[in-house]
Amino acid sequence: MPGTSINWYRFASPQAFYPLAGRMIPWFWALAAVFGVAGLYLGFLVAPTDAQQGEGYRIIFLHVPASWMSMFIYLVMAFWAGLGLAFNFRLSAMMATALAPTGALFAFLSLWTGALWGKPMWGTWWVWDARLTSELILLFLYVGFIALQSAIDDPRRADKAGAILALVGVVNIPIIYFSVKWWNTLHQGSSVSLTKSPSMATTMLWGMLLCALACWMYAIAVALMRVRMIVLERERQTEWVREVLRGGESA
Amino acid sequence: MLKLICAIIARDLRLAMRRRSDLVSALFFFIIVVSLFPLGVGPEPELLRKLAPGVLWVAALLATMLSLPRLFADDHRDGTLEQLALAPQPLGLIVLGKVLAHWLISGLPLALLAPLLGLQFDLPTDALLMLSVSLLIGTPALSGIGAIGAALTLGVRGGGVLLSLLVLPLYIPVLIFGAGAVDATLTGLGAQAHLSLLGALTLAGVFFAPWPTAAALRIALE
Amino acid sequence: MMGIYWNSFAEFLAMGHHGIYVWGAVGVMALAMILEPLLLVRGQKALVARLQSQFRAESRDNSGDRRADRPFHSEGQH
Repeated sequence: MPGTSINWYRFASPQAFYPLAGRMIPWFWALAAVFGVAGLYLGFLVAPTDAQQGEGYRIIFLHVPASWMSMFIYLVMAFWAGLGLAFNFRLSAMMATALAPTGALFAFLSLWTGALWGKPMWGTWWVWDARLTSELILLFLYVGFIALQSAIDDPRRADKAGAILALVGVVNIPIIYFSVKWWNTLHQGSSVSLTKSPSMATTMLWGMLLCALACWMYAIAVALMRVRMIVLERERQTEWVREVLRGGESA
Repeated sequence: MLKLICAIIARDLRLAMRRRSDLVSALFFFIIVVSLFPLGVGPEPELLRKLAPGVLWVAALLATMLSLPRLFADDHRDGTLEQLALAPQPLGLIVLGKVLAHWLISGLPLALLAPLLGLQFDLPTDALLMLSVSLLIGTPALSGIGAIGAALTLGVRGGGVLLSLLVLPLYIPVLIFGAGAVDATLTGLGAQAHLSLLGALTLAGVFFAPWPTAAALRIALE
Repeated sequence: MMGIYWNSFAEFLAMGHHGIYVWGAVGVMALAMILEPLLLVRGQKALVARLQSQFRAESRDNSGDRRADRPFHSEGQH
């Protein structure tokens, strides 16, 4: 199938990617809505209560997907950034830039929902739990990436510098996580921890997986929307952008 | 190879000696920040002993940050960096030399000065010694990791603040094991494990960090 | 298994005295996940409008210089 490989190269160019992404976005929105409705239905309406934690445990249907996405997006971001750095793919560097704000948002949401979970469970908004602390540091890493890229005016340099920072961050994340974990066990001993999740009923597990899928689809849709803006902005000198905008493109 | 590194170190030290005031300012920053804490939290010896490892280590991180923006900036301004990048020797080795020189003028003085400040916090002798040892072992990692940030923000507007934003989160493991070593000595536990891990971080920081730093420098020079 | 767990809507809202925490988490997450795409749509529209007016201004300049008598044909010819 020689056609497949040609297509891949074609879609790796911003010119071909821009309309393709525009066509894909509604589909990802639809998937996000379907998964989200199903997951929230299972999690908030069907799933039974947790014996130890009461109804407050239902926050995990938001908290766990948000945490997963914040970590997963950092890995994906570093992957695209590294690919852009190694092979000089413009589009994949733009993808990394587009993912960062959404990853930071999920890191923030993970902290927010974690705090609202912690208050009824442990009586405090914040504990220096290994996971919460790592999540906070992950948010710092996202903020550093975004700040570095927005401080550099030349987009090519911003791409490459961001890529190096993202790769250094990826190498450091396990080191940070294990050092925080070590610190946490030394200082808190047998105190509360998020790792003690309630014994999961099948319904809960499905609810959580569906919510995570919804967040995933949401992240793809939003990243595609943002990368389209970046493509348009960066390629504004080219003929194809003029062509697209003259053709009555409005969204 | 060793000769190249030594030459770079000697050169950077010579340049630093011409700007002794910067060096002294960073040390006084360290002293002032540490001295502010008892004024903020009160003079109870119990409390101060408990706070000392963290306070001294955090102040050391911040004092290291002060000298980082200058690590490549002067060489960048006068064109030396471009020549170094064109040199046949790998840029990573040159960076390694500059990292070691940076440690000699920032980390080493901090480690030697810290026990004196520890006295203000009523630390016992073995903890004072451990403070010095942990800073000696840990601060090279700060110079190494900091070099990546310094290279990434080279010539970028708002570089200094941005640099701390990028680098401080990466310093967290060093802080945990460094302050942890002193804390373990205070509470009578052995600090052996902390020091081993700190040593591993330093080896990784000093010998791996120069390569992404070199890549970042080439990007900045493009 | 698939039946609704709650007996009444009020009970659902109360969430066993944890309502404020649960709905606080749901509310902020929903708000963020609605605001982000809305802001992106607005940003895209603003960007398209800005680029379009920029292109129009450029083509007007070009036609003003060289083809002042044929303003209607200036578009699309560079």
